Formats: sequence, structure tokens, C-alpha cells
Amino acid sequence: MSIDFSTTYMGLKLRNPLVASSSPLSHKIDTICKLEEAGIGAVVMYSLFEEQITLESQQLDYFLTHGTESYAEALSYFPDIGEYNVGPDEYLSLIRKAKETVNIPVIGSLNGVSAGGWVKYARLIEQAGADALELNVYYLPTDPNMPGTEVEQMTVDVVKAVRSEVSVPLAVKIGPFFSSIPNVARRLVDAGANALVLFNRFYQPDIDIENLEVVPHLVLRDSDELRLPLRWTAILYGRVSADLAITTGVHTYRDVLKGLMAGAKVTMMASELLQNGLGRIRQILQEIESWMVEYEYSSVQQMIGSMSQRKVAEPAAFERANYMKVLDSYPRLI
Amino acid sequence: MARSYITLDGNEAAAYTAYRVNEVIAIYPITPSSPMGELSDEWSAKGVPNIWGSVPRVIEMQSEAGAAGAVHGSLQAGALTTTFTSAQGLLLMIPNMFKIAGELSSTVFHIAARTVATHALSIFCDHSDVMTCRSLGWAMLFANDPQEVMDFALIAQAATLEARVPFLHIFDGFRTSHEVRKIEQLTEDDMRAMIDQNLVLAHRERAMTPDRPIIRGTAQNPDAFFQSRERSNPFYAATPGVVQKVMDKFAGIVGRQYHLFDYVGAPDAEYVIVMMGSGCGTVEETVQALLEKGEKVGLVKVRLFRPFSREHLLKALPTTVRAIAVLDRTKEPGALGEPLYQDVVTALGEAMMEDALPFERVPRVIGGRYGLSSKEFTPAMVKAVYDELAKDKPKNHFTVGIIDDVTYTSLDVDPTFSTEASDVVRAVFWGLGADGTVGANKNSIKIIGEETPNWAQGYFVYDSKKSGAVTVSHLRFGPRPILGTYLIQRANFVACHQFHFLERYNVLDLAEEGATFLLNSPYGPEEVWDHLPRSVQQQIIDKKLKFYVINAYDVAKRVGLGVRINTIMQTCFFAISGVLPREEAIEKIKDAIRKTYGRRGEAVVQQNFAAVDAALDNLFEVKVPAQATSTFDRPPVVPDHAPEFVKRVTAQLMAGRGDLLPVSAFPVDGTYPTGTTAWEKRNIALEVPVWEPDLCIQCGKCVYICPHSVIRAKVYDKELLANAPSTFKAVTAKWRELPEKMYTIQVAVEDCTGCQLCVEVCPAKDKSDSSRKALNMHPQIPLREQERANWDFFLSLPNVPKHDSLRFNNIKNVQLLRPLFEFSGACTGCGETPYVRLLTQLFGDRLYIANATGCSSIYGGNLPTTPYTTDDEGRGPTWNNSLFEDTAEFGLGMRLAINRQNAYARQLLEELRSLIADDELVDGLLNADQSDEAGIYAQRERVAKLKAKLAGNDHPRVRDLIAVADMLVRKSVWILGGDGWAYDIGYGGLDHVIASGENVNILVLDTEVYSNTGGQMSKATPLGAVARFAAGGKPTAKKDLGMMAMHYGNVYIAQVAMGANELQTLKAFLEAEAYPGPSIIIAYSHCIAHGIDMSRGHIHQKLAVDSGYWPLYRYNPLLASQGENPFQLDSNGPTIPLKEYVGKEGRYRILMQANPEAAERLIHEAQEVVEQKWKYYRMLAGKGS
Repeated sequence: MSIDFSTTYMGLKLRNPLVASSSPLSHKIDTICKLEEAGIGAVVMYSLFEEQITLESQQLDYFLTHGTESYAEALSYFPDIGEYNVGPDEYLSLIRKAKETVNIPVIGSLNGVSAGGWVKYARLIEQAGADALELNVYYLPTDPNMPGTEVEQMTVDVVKAVRSEVSVPLAVKIGPFFSSIPNVARRLVDAGANALVLFNRFYQPDIDIENLEVVPHLVLRDSDELRLPLRWTAILYGRVSADLAITTGVHTYRDVLKGLMAGAKVTMMASELLQNGLGRIRQILQEIESWMVEYEYSSVQQMIGSMSQRKVAEPAAFERANYMKVLDSYPRLI
Repeated sequence: MARSYITLDGNEAAAYTAYRVNEVIAIYPITPSSPMGELSDEWSAKGVPNIWGSVPRVIEMQSEAGAAGAVHGSLQAGALTTTFTSAQGLLLMIPNMFKIAGELSSTVFHIAARTVATHALSIFCDHSDVMTCRSLGWAMLFANDPQEVMDFALIAQAATLEARVPFLHIFDGFRTSHEVRKIEQLTEDDMRAMIDQNLVLAHRERAMTPDRPIIRGTAQNPDAFFQSRERSNPFYAATPGVVQKVMDKFAGIVGRQYHLFDYVGAPDAEYVIVMMGSGCGTVEETVQALLEKGEKVGLVKVRLFRPFSREHLLKALPTTVRAIAVLDRTKEPGALGEPLYQDVVTALGEAMMEDALPFERVPRVIGGRYGLSSKEFTPAMVKAVYDELAKDKPKNHFTVGIIDDVTYTSLDVDPTFSTEASDVVRAVFWGLGADGTVGANKNSIKIIGEETPNWAQGYFVYDSKKSGAVTVSHLRFGPRPILGTYLIQRANFVACHQFHFLERYNVLDLAEEGATFLLNSPYGPEEVWDHLPRSVQQQIIDKKLKFYVINAYDVAKRVGLGVRINTIMQTCFFAISGVLPREEAIEKIKDAIRKTYGRRGEAVVQQNFAAVDAALDNLFEVKVPAQATSTFDRPPVVPDHAPEFVKRVTAQLMAGRGDLLPVSAFPVDGTYPTGTTAWEKRNIALEVPVWEPDLCIQCGKCVYICPHSVIRAKVYDKELLANAPSTFKAVTAKWRELPEKMYTIQVAVEDCTGCQLCVEVCPAKDKSDSSRKALNMHPQIPLREQERANWDFFLSLPNVPKHDSLRFNNIKNVQLLRPLFEFSGACTGCGETPYVRLLTQLFGDRLYIANATGCSSIYGGNLPTTPYTTDDEGRGPTWNNSLFEDTAEFGLGMRLAINRQNAYARQLLEELRSLIADDELVDGLLNADQSDEAGIYAQRERVAKLKAKLAGNDHPRVRDLIAVADMLVRKSVWILGGDGWAYDIGYGGLDHVIASGENVNILVLDTEVYSNTGGQMSKATPLGAVARFAAGGKPTAKKDLGMMAMHYGNVYIAQVAMGANELQTLKAFLEAEAYPGPSIIIAYSHCIAHGIDMSRGHIHQKLAVDSGYWPLYRYNPLLASQGENPFQLDSNGPTIPLKEYVGKEGRYRILMQANPEAAERLIHEAQEVVEQKWKYYRMLAGKGS
């Protein structure tokens, strides 16, 4: 019996539901090709950060101007090299190159700052040939006077603005810190999102207690982190008219299967590939196949959403009961 | 191809032509000619072809001598070859230039003429360098402005190919090399038309080739040499004719007609000036003004000075001439007259003897000197010369532009005489280097010069300080070509971009009546008046100035430009000067912004656009009151208690009034008192560190890292606090050896540059609020008065004696040593000066410094004020700078002199033992152990006792002994310089000196580029870093100077990075000093040329060490003699990838942004070099491979 691994994501046809999420894996065309060769279903490019473009531009200007025209013997300190890749050109040309080279869908990823920036760069990514665009939206509110509704509205406005300017499918990658994720999800879909990607994860700073300094801290994810998006995927499935994708905590074939069953059209991984190499793609796909053979599944489509809240026998398990169950199990563990 | 009008400076004009008509360019950086080589290198890197379609090869050599050698070789092998240089650089080329001329090789060297160092170094202009070349057999062609520079570069090239005589194409350094002008740009078609291809082929045919072998460069005997020298005479005889022919051809193609001697003025002139160089423009402007008054004056511009054509000179002079003044921009002490004067006199004298003078009467000829080291040469001075010529007995061998009250050579000048035209916009801008004023003005010149029919000129006066540098821009725009080559004398627009300048400088001195005054002011139009010094108010009223203000810093902050107010002030200039209609001006400014910043990214463009728009909304005219109301005025430059010399001379130089000082005010031989920076309170820091005693752990790191010696520590008796100012801070000192004492960290807020390094390095934080450290930055102005009093009180507290209870072998104790190097003008946050300060703390009282030319000689010895100072006993570093290339030898000479005098003193002690009649004293002096501070102190006591004993004894041998007795006390010789000196131009000498085994110490302040001249590559530049002459990233690894020195086996070597390991640095200095032979310390010095945030320089040093790029080590031959491994590795192996270090520095990031593939490849290679080197070092350290 041949198994159909294909899935669709925002209308794009994917050969399987395993997608490379936005990460340094897509920094080079060589690696993108290797991802394809290894069997990945689609690739989400690393994020084009508007803030980074701005900072790099300002930093370059600082380096080239600092200390100049001050002292007669050294009116400047660097040669005029000519063109600098401080804008989005390198990113856009990589998308172009990727589209020329690989057959799998290439999804652009954008993190903007200004309203104009989101739209401008989204348009450029579309023009570069991206099959779809993932908006990597996050905002860390620190102002006590800013209500959550304002943060939500800002996110919705970004999606609306971009939707009105680009025609490729639009995914929105959001964080988990909304009071009512389903409500925000619905509003994002209403604003034009074709898919929701769960979830964005911030780099969490750490504290050096001896030197009294805040230090950046990056820990690659593990399967435990699947729980959060898994739950919300299961809850959102069928409640919003958009595709769902899980992008946190996908490390094993079991994680992929769980994600699909919860309702994701695709599951995205990066940490696992960064840690253990691109060979994991083939391995996971084979393991999925074996599992599906063993459990007599004929297609991926069959299982998508099969364990969503709407379809499970006990929907409340994704809500309060889940909490209770953990508590119940706690004494038994010790 | 049609010619276009462009604005550029003389250097670019020369390089533009020279690059296109040559194939090989060998250069070496030297101010002010460096930009010619840099531009050529940039063009070559970008693949810009010459007129034959090939890309010239540009190569940086290790010195000008090396460049000349490479040029010589290239010429001999048949390539069209050139170089660019100035001053000492030209002098280093002389031996090769004799050869090149002797071999009749066609070439043009382009020279930005600069003063040759005599009693002092000067980067500015006169002809003392090129005049040393008169005997070389080179043609010398002088261009007077950037247009002529572009034209003459081509004329010289065409002429040399035909004449075979090599050419010096000369123009004035700075005044022409750096003056921006609107000129007509030659096209490549013009060049092709001018260069005769047959002559190019002939040049190639004369070249060496094994296919048609010849031999040149033979050695000759008396039988052949003389005749051979005379054999070339026909070529020199023909050269003037060739040049004129080429000039005529040029006129036919381009339209501008030049002659060997160009005359301007009345056809029947009676009084004529003969001169060459940029001053001709000012004379011509003055002649035009005097002609309008009916005066019969004229000017002969000498174009071809060598070979000197008597025939052409006589033809150029009007037959009516009665008196001639020959002006030379050089001085030849002891000569009958300066070179041009002598030539003119000889020409006229010979003609007279041959009865061939074409004049109505024999004219009187007088000679005069002007403009040495870019001394201003104004129309008033020109008028003074003409007035002198009209006298019955005019002064010969005069000077003009100074007041000579010693030998009374100077002419009187009427300062009110002016030829400034009323229809010319004459704008003067006072700015800071950091605020971008000069860049904006260069942009304005481009806009007006290239986008309107107006003619434009810009000249920029820079500071000799690298931090808080003041710039004054002089811009002229007018309907006719601008002739004057002097600073604006009467401005109809004055802008002051820094409010605090009003308290330091007479900013409005140049403003003429009715001028416009634009001020960047933190105060609005209603409040500003009350904040102006009274004299400024009075000037505004008396001169009826139109007065505008803008709070540019506020606008810049709002649009995210920080302290860059250039665009804002430029917009205001256009808005109120009326040079262009406002809307048109705004549009053109925005176009210029896109051109200037476009390649740096859209964000920067948009910020500047926002600044333009915001500027107009915040520009206000001030209603000027009828009366001056302020009760304060500009304070005196130095306080009354300053030393007499400082008050009489230094203060005048500081205030910008040095030109008014008479000759008698100056020392006869360039000897100056030290310690003068202490009198120059520059107040340049917006924020300064403030000490929190409750948090301080008294570690001394802040004192150790301070590049400007402005943060200091003292430990003292509590009773001394009785008279302390109320805000003076003190806590109990934490020294076991110094119980019950008090401790204070004090900041000299008026000398601080605000670099923040002390705050960054401070490890002490408030346990309840980690943002509060023991040092925190606070605004300077509110603290100024109180901290001035605190600083004065702090200085009155005693210093801890060096010879007493403390040993200065740790950072904590070293902080208590008084720096004898303070408040230098080095860049804010300089990475070199902390090493220099440490050197003076440890050994300053016995320190000879031989300093290579470069940053350290500029912040160490550039007037008006110098930073080396004295201790409480009046001892301190004695300092001198010889040349760039000979510093190691210079220092070695000092050591030899010290040793010789020491030996003589010891000889005299023995000889006079019975006369001294104190064997204990004599034996003590002869056998003193001076290995530590206590021993040195004791020896000084003995010397004092000896001198006291011998005082009044007139015996010649006794007087000899007294004269050399101080040499019985240990002396320390340190040779200082940067990597350009140590790795490149001075390496031969350095190598010889360390091989000598003599006891000298060498401190290499390694910034990995030629920092002082703008970041050119040296052999210390790391693989992958972008530098000038390494636009594509340096493709080869840094030379391992330490390892090369190590092979001698008897040299102490240390590689240090203060920011990575403070104690290792200190140990290295102490060990180098103690080592009885040669020592060399290679000190990582972060630099503004690295493209870093200078307040984090120490972090970059640490990253360099952590990445393994800069291993710390010490190689002490004394350990070998004790049977130990002399090589000690003081840092751990690479703990971070190289990328983590280099990715934080602009010098690498620029390449990552411009050419990511190349950057990645080079960084990968650099990582491999790091790993290989580390393995080798580990092996040397006996830690396995």
C-alpha cells in the first residue's frame, strides 16, 4: 500500500508535512538545496528583520563617519569600497536564487518594525518570487499604560496592511502571550491571514549573578515545548478558517504525528536539524512511514485534526481537565 | 566627450589624471599627499581602467624610499609609473631620483609640497621639500590651484615622455591639495590627444629586456663619469621648449593657455612680484584690485622652475618694470637669498652682463619669504610687498606675514586692506569634527558648484587635537572664478555649530557689518540673548548682524541622528543665506543626501531627510536688543598663576592668536617647557564620571584604563581633609601597608573627554541597583565649578612616595603613582595612551623618550600644549621626535650618550676621590644597587650630597663631574612608535637596535594600521581587515614581530593587551625595564580606525585575546640563563571563534557587508592562522603541540 504524505499549506502543495522553519538553515543556497535533497516539504526562509536592516545601515554610517573630517592628517579611516549589502538585497536575491534552484515551496519570512516597513519589505519578498510569506510578528509591551487590546490591534493592523499589498498566501507567526488566543486568531484570519504559525519564541535573557549583568541566553528547543502549540492547535483547529502550523518542539516523528493529529497542516523544525544534522529529515520521514504502515494509515490527510479538540472524545481534556490530570499524576511520580 | 564641471580638491585632481596615464603606482602614505595614493588604490580595486583600458597596479611600499625604488624598477622595465609624496617622503626618494634623472627616465612624481621638519615637524605647506630637489636633474612644474593641478598633471606627463627629463609636478599642500574648487574636468579623450603614443612606445623600447639586453647603473671611474654627466645637457636645454610646446598643444585641445612664466597685471607695470604656488591666486586678486585703483603692478607666475628658462622669464616681464619682488615659500638659512630669488637675480644679472636686458631700466630685485608652514598670505600682505617695492630703498630679504622683532625682516601690513568682493558669498562655519560640519560643507560646495552656474571654493582648517577637534570651514561662492587662496577675512555669513565656542573663541571676529549669524543654541529665540557673553552681544549689535538660532541637537536627537547635526545646519545655511531659492535648495540637499548616504542604506537616508524637514520648522530669527546686557564674558585663556611662558606664548596659541606673536616670543631651537596641557581646560566632555565612594572597591582599574589621565587616586592622611571643599569625597583607604589613611578618586572634569572607559571597566555595582556603579556618567556643566575646586584641592594632596612602603607591582598600588603624561589630545578613548601613561607612572622620573612620528608624536608633542609633565621634584620624561624611520636608532643614540657620560662620571669619581674626601660616598655612588625605587632614591640622595660637596669648586674636572653626576642615577630609554614605524618604515633600524644588545626598551603601540594618516595598511594589519590599500580586506596575515625578534635570543619580548590582562601588561613593563638588554613590548591598541565603539575598547582587547588572535606572552632571556623556558604563554587558548571577535569591528564588518563571500573566506583563513599560531606558541611554551 502506498502512503500519501502530501499535504497542502495555504494552498501550496507540499510533498510532505515536514517544513524547515525560519532559521539559519536557510542562510545559504547550498543548505536550502540540501534540505530539498533530504526530503523537506517546504522551507521558510530566515527572517528579514527591518530593525536589523535599519541598525546595520546606521552602524555602517557610524563606522564610516566616526572620527572623520576632524583631524587634518586623517580625514577618514576607511576606503570607499562602493556598494554595501545593508538593505534587503542579499535576502531577496537568495529567495530568487532559491526559487530558481529548488522545486519545493519557498516561504519568505519578515519581521518589521514600522507600518511602512512591513508593507514595503513584504512587497519586495513577493516580487522576489516567494511562494508565500510568513509574518513574524512579536511585540514586547513594557509600558504599563498599554492595554493588551492595543497590542492585539497592532498585530491585526500589520496583517491587514500587508494583505492589502501582497497577493501571495500569508502566514502569521504569533506568540502565545495573548489573553484570548482564539479571538486573536480569528481577527488575524479576518485581517487576511491564510495560516497561523504557533508559536514564536523569544530569546529569554539570563542573569549573571556574580557580575550583575543580563546575558543573552539561547537554548535550542526540545520536545517538551511541543505541548503549548499542540494544545492551541488542537483548540484552534476547525474554529478558524486558516491553516495551522506548529513550529515549536518538533523533534521526532512522534512530534510530527502529534502535531498533525492536533490539526496542523505542517510541522516545522529547526533546532533538531541544527543539532543533529539534515540527515534527521530522511530518518523522521522513514519513521513516520513505518508508523503509518504499522498503524495502517494511508495518508497524512487522514490524521490532520483527528485529535483536535473538536474531534476528541473528551474535548475538555484540552482545557481544565488537562490541568487536573497532571495534578492527579503528580503523587504517583514520587 | 564633453567636459563637465565638478568640485574636487587638488589631490583628487592630480590623482584623476595621474591614475589614467600610468600603469604602475608605488606609494607610501604621508600627509598631505596620502589621498592621491588612496584614491588610486580605490579606483584600482574597483577596476577603473587607465586611458589604454588596463587597470593600473597600485602598491603600498614600506617607505618612500621603497616606493621610489619600486618606481625606478618599474620604469626600467618599461611601465609608465608614478608616485605621490611630500616633505620627508620626498627626501627619502632623493637617492633614487638622482638615478631616475641620470637615466633620463620619463616619469612624473606628484608632490603636495610640505614643510620639512627642522626645529619642529609641520604637516603644512611650504616649498622646503621640493627645493631640496633642485640639484636632482628633474623638471619642476608648479600648479597653483586644483584646475591647474589637473591640467599640469597631464602636461607634465606629456612633456616628460618627449623631454625624457623626469618631472616633479608640485602644488601646495593643504592650500591646494585639500582646497575644494569647481573646475572643468579633463576627459579621457583630452588625455589620449595629449599623450603621444609613439613616445609611450619609445619609453618601452628604452626599457630593460633580456630580449634586447643592455646594462645600466654601471660604476664609473674619473675617466668617464664627468663627461657622462654633461652628455645629458641637450635634454635639459630642450625641456623648456618641450613644455611650452605641450602647453600650446593643451591650449589647442582644452582651451586653457599656459606659459612657462605667465604674466598678469598692467602691461606697463612698474612693480612686479615673481612667485610660484598657490599664493599666486591671492596676488592676482590683489593685482586686479590695485589695477582698478590705477596702480601699475603685475605678477609673474613661475610655472617651470627647473630647467629655469632665462629667456622666457625676461620675455614675461613687462619692459616697464622698475622693481621686482621675488617671493619664496621656503627658507635657506645662510644663503644669499632663497632659491627663486637667486635664480631671478642670476637671470637678470647674466642678461645684464650680456647687455641683453629687455627693460627700459635695470630693475631692482628684492627677495622675500612668506607662507612658511601654511602661514596665511593675504591681499594685505601682497599690498605691503608692492608698497615696499615702491620705496626708494626697499627692504631686501624681507619676510611678510609675521612680526620679526629680532632681525627686523618683516614688512608692515595694513590689516584693514581687503579685496573681498561684495558679490561673493563668504561663509565661515565653526564646528566640531564630530558634528559633521566639514562633510556638510563639502556637500554644499558640490551642490552649488555642480548644480548652479556659481563658482565655488572651500577650505577647511582642522585642529591638531584628535578629541574635541574644532573645525573652521571657509566657503566662497561667486559669479566669477575665485582667485583668492587665503582664509576669509570678512564673512557675510558666520555659523557657529557649537554654543560653547562662544566662550572660547572670537567666533564673530570675521563677521562683516550686516552679516548673517547662525547659532546652534540650546536656548530658543527668546532666551538665547541672556546666555551670550557680553562681547558677543556687543559684536552682534555693533555689526548689525542678522541673528538666527536653531536647537540642532534637539532636532538631531528627535530624528535619531545623535550628535550629527550636519544636515540640519546645512539646511539652515541654505534657508537663510539666499544662495539658492529655498525650495530648490531643499530638493538639492535631499539629492545630495541620497548620493552621500544611499549606499549606506535607506534608514540613514530617511533620517537625514527627516532632519532637513525638521530643521526649517525649528529655525528662528532672534530679535536683537539695542544694548548688551550680559554680565559675563569670555574667561581668560589661562589663569593668572600660569607660568610666564604659558601666559605669554602658549595661551596665545591656544586662543588662535598665534599669528600675532612676534618672532622673539619663540625659543631659538624648538625647546619648549613640558606639562602645558594642564593649562588648557578644554571642557569637551558632555558627561563625565562621578565617583560613588560607598561602592568603590579601590581596585584602581579606572585609573589604569583612563587614556587621558583625568581620573586619579590618592591615599593621604585624614587631617589633610580639614581644608577640603565641601563636595570633596573621601573614604577610608583599604591598604594594609597604609593604615588609617583616606582614599579619594578624583576626576579632572575640565580635561575629561567623556570616553566612558572608566565606567565600563568599573567592576563595583550597587547590590540593590545594578545600574549604579562606583563610577557613573553625569552631565559636566553642573559639576564644572565644584569639581574644578575639588581637582585643585586633590592636586595639593601629597603623592605616595615611590621608594617607600608600597611596591608597585599590582594594579591597586599603581593607581597611586602620579601620571607624568596627562590630558593629551589623543582620540576620545584612545587605546595607546593608557600604555604611555603607565610608562610615565612607573619610570617617568628617569625617562628618555625617542618617539616615532605618528599618533604618539602628535598627541605627545603637537603645540600649542604638550602632555608630558613633571613630578613634585621637577623630574619627568624628556621627549623628542626625530623622524618616522629612524626612531630606534635615535633612542639607541640616547642610550649610548647616557652610558658614555655615566662611564665618564665614574672615571671622574675615581680620579677625584681624594678631593671628594668621602670614600663611603664615592663607593656608594660607584656600587649602588639601583634595581628598585629605593635604590634609585638612595643614589639620587648620594648625587645631591656629591653636588653639595663640590659646589663652588671651579676645578675643570670637578665642573665636569657636576655636569655628568646625574648620569650616575639610573636612566631609562624608551623608544615609542606605532606599527607603521615598527613593522614597516622603521623595521630595519628596529632590527639593528635590538640586535645591538644595548639596554633600550621599545614600546610598539600596535593599532594595526597607520592611524595618524587615516588607517592605511601596515604589515601589522590583520588578515581580512579592511584598511586603506586593503579595500578588499588584507589578503595576508599579520607579521609576527615578536616571534621575529625572539630569534635573537637576547631580546626581552612581551605581547600585551591591557584590556585583556592588566597585570600581565604591568609585569611586562617592569620586566622590560629591569632587563639589562634590549626589550620590546607589542601592545594591542584599539583605535578609532578599527570602527568600534571606543568606550568598549577594552572589551575588544579581551575578545582579541579570547579568540586566540592576540596571545599574551612574555619571553625573558633571563629565565633561560636560569635554566627555565624563557617563553611564557600568559593567555588561554582560543575560547571563542575568531568570528565572534572580528564580527564586532567595523574594519571587518565593512567587508562582510560589501563582499560577504570574500569576508567569509578571509575570516576562515584567519581562523586557520590563529589555530596554527596557537599550536606553535603552545609548543614554544612547552605545553605540547
